[in-house]
Amino acid sequence: MEKRVTFGSWTIGILFAVPQLLLIFTFFYWPAGQAVYWSLTLQQPWGGGNIWVGLDNFRSILSNADYWNSITASLVFAGISTGLAMFVGLVLAALTDRQLTGSRFYRVVLIWPYGIAAPALAMAFRFILAPEAGFMAVVNQVWPGFWDPGLDGTDAMASIIIAFSWKYVGYNFIFFLAAFQAIPRSLIEAAAMDGSGVIRRFWDIQFPLITPTIFFLLVINITESFQDSFGIVDIMTSGGPANATNLMVYKIYSDGFKGLDYSGAAAQSIILMVLIVVLTIFQFRFIERRVHYR
Amino acid sequence: MVERTPFLNFFTHVILFVGFVLCIAPFAVVAIAASHNLKDVNDVPMSLLPGSDFWLNIKTAWTTADLGPKLLNSFIMAAGVAAGKVIISALTAFSIVYFRYPGRTFIFWLIFVTLMLPLEVRIVPTYAVVANVLSPYQAILDVTGLSWLIEKVSGVQVSLSLGLLNSYSGLILPLIATATGTFLYRQFFLTVPDELTEAARMDGAGALRFFVDILLPLSRNNMAALGTIMFLWAWNQYLWPLLITTDQSHATAVTELKQLIPNVGGIPEWNIAMAGTLIVMLPPLIVVVLMQRWFVRGLIATEK
Repeated sequence: MEKRVTFGSWTIGILFAVPQLLLIFTFFYWPAGQAVYWSLTLQQPWGGGNIWVGLDNFRSILSNADYWNSITASLVFAGISTGLAMFVGLVLAALTDRQLTGSRFYRVVLIWPYGIAAPALAMAFRFILAPEAGFMAVVNQVWPGFWDPGLDGTDAMASIIIAFSWKYVGYNFIFFLAAFQAIPRSLIEAAAMDGSGVIRRFWDIQFPLITPTIFFLLVINITESFQDSFGIVDIMTSGGPANATNLMVYKIYSDGFKGLDYSGAAAQSIILMVLIVVLTIFQFRFIERRVHYR
Repeated sequence: MVERTPFLNFFTHVILFVGFVLCIAPFAVVAIAASHNLKDVNDVPMSLLPGSDFWLNIKTAWTTADLGPKLLNSFIMAAGVAAGKVIISALTAFSIVYFRYPGRTFIFWLIFVTLMLPLEVRIVPTYAVVANVLSPYQAILDVTGLSWLIEKVSGVQVSLSLGLLNSYSGLILPLIATATGTFLYRQFFLTVPDELTEAARMDGAGALRFFVDILLPLSRNNMAALGTIMFLWAWNQYLWPLLITTDQSHATAVTELKQLIPNVGGIPEWNIAMAGTLIVMLPPLIVVVLMQRWFVRGLIATEK
């Protein structure tokens, strides 16, 4: 879509864009380029600049078992938490959309968790899921040793998944609800006239019409699970026990800033960037579909 | 509803109520734990009746983590990011939509691409840039031979250096360098009728006048939505402030929370930790509750 009426002066036009361009050049394009450069070179320990090593950094990363462990952990985390948060969000939105008494109230309250900072909710869940105090302690009294995120990798993974999903249920809820409400009421009513029940209407009308939203949220949830998980991991598990929750962004942070391995961290960043770009491109293909639906 | 479905309605109410309880429970647990004393908070099971030490715990958490100045820092950062985004995105969107200069599509794509890569994935090099913001320009001068030329001509050696670690600009600027808001404005500007622009031009208004007097007042709704979203987003940032504020004076409330985690083997002061958590959660929660309309609208429109 283009404007028919525009302003003539080129210089003023470009001047308006300059602040943004300067910012994204300095804080986006330059660092992204720098990451590529670092990933292909190795910094010499006693200074004297970087030497070109080609793809060696990638090779050493990809042959490192710790890195594959981190990728697996990230994928498990992304898969389960996305599935959980989207499923619960979808169910709650579908039920709220039935507009029974009180649905306004749920529409307001269910969004709250999304406003909370990841580290703050991580702290809350660290207490709630703590093995010695809080609520899992009750379970541990009944079955001793059942739950200990400090020692058991699976328990630790479960804790960060619960914390992350709790936040993103609200996010998915908003989008699903908006999608449901965009479906013309007359469609639903016509289907009801033809004798289809609530469940039938959901599967044959509402669900197909919100598939674009499902794809959109799928990509957003997965991308967010790569980024927004950092605060949760740092507060709840610090990547432990035994690297069980050492997700990709956390590993980049600890290798780059604690291990001071810039080249290795840069190579990991590049791999993560490629992953996210592929996901985003995938998303844009489906955004076209969504426009088509309307 | 379209038909009577008493069983399904009952089922709907039950599920929604369970969802509501799961959503509210963590808030409630944090608030109740924050009101207990050390012994009660570690009771198994913890009593769900509020204790009496609420204000004492809040005060202890406040002083232990030094939350006063930290909250102020968080506020400055969040407000700075929100204001910066609202202003800079409006300028850029205006340039993209209302002008036809060569390279406009290229600029559009340059900005568009930034949506793809969040700060978290390019954190290490961004840190290096912020340590000296002028380093990109220095490198360009070096590579193009300009710094050599300047040194030959004027005898001055060019070494640009401006560190932004431990500063508000270092906290704020990299967070503004994304395209989120630009597209929100662009979508809106495209719906503003052309007749309005024509009328303004006929009355003798230039680009700047049209932007300030007509377009900006029309986009008030967008500004509120974008501002709310960006404020929350910036307030909740964790990794970036954690990295660049090595000095306590610029740390934010969210990064400070880590200090309240009880040590393994130490005194399990969960009541203090929860009081601190409550303080840090409260400001964004208040913003969400008060600005709900803008928050939801902004979320759906920016499709962040």
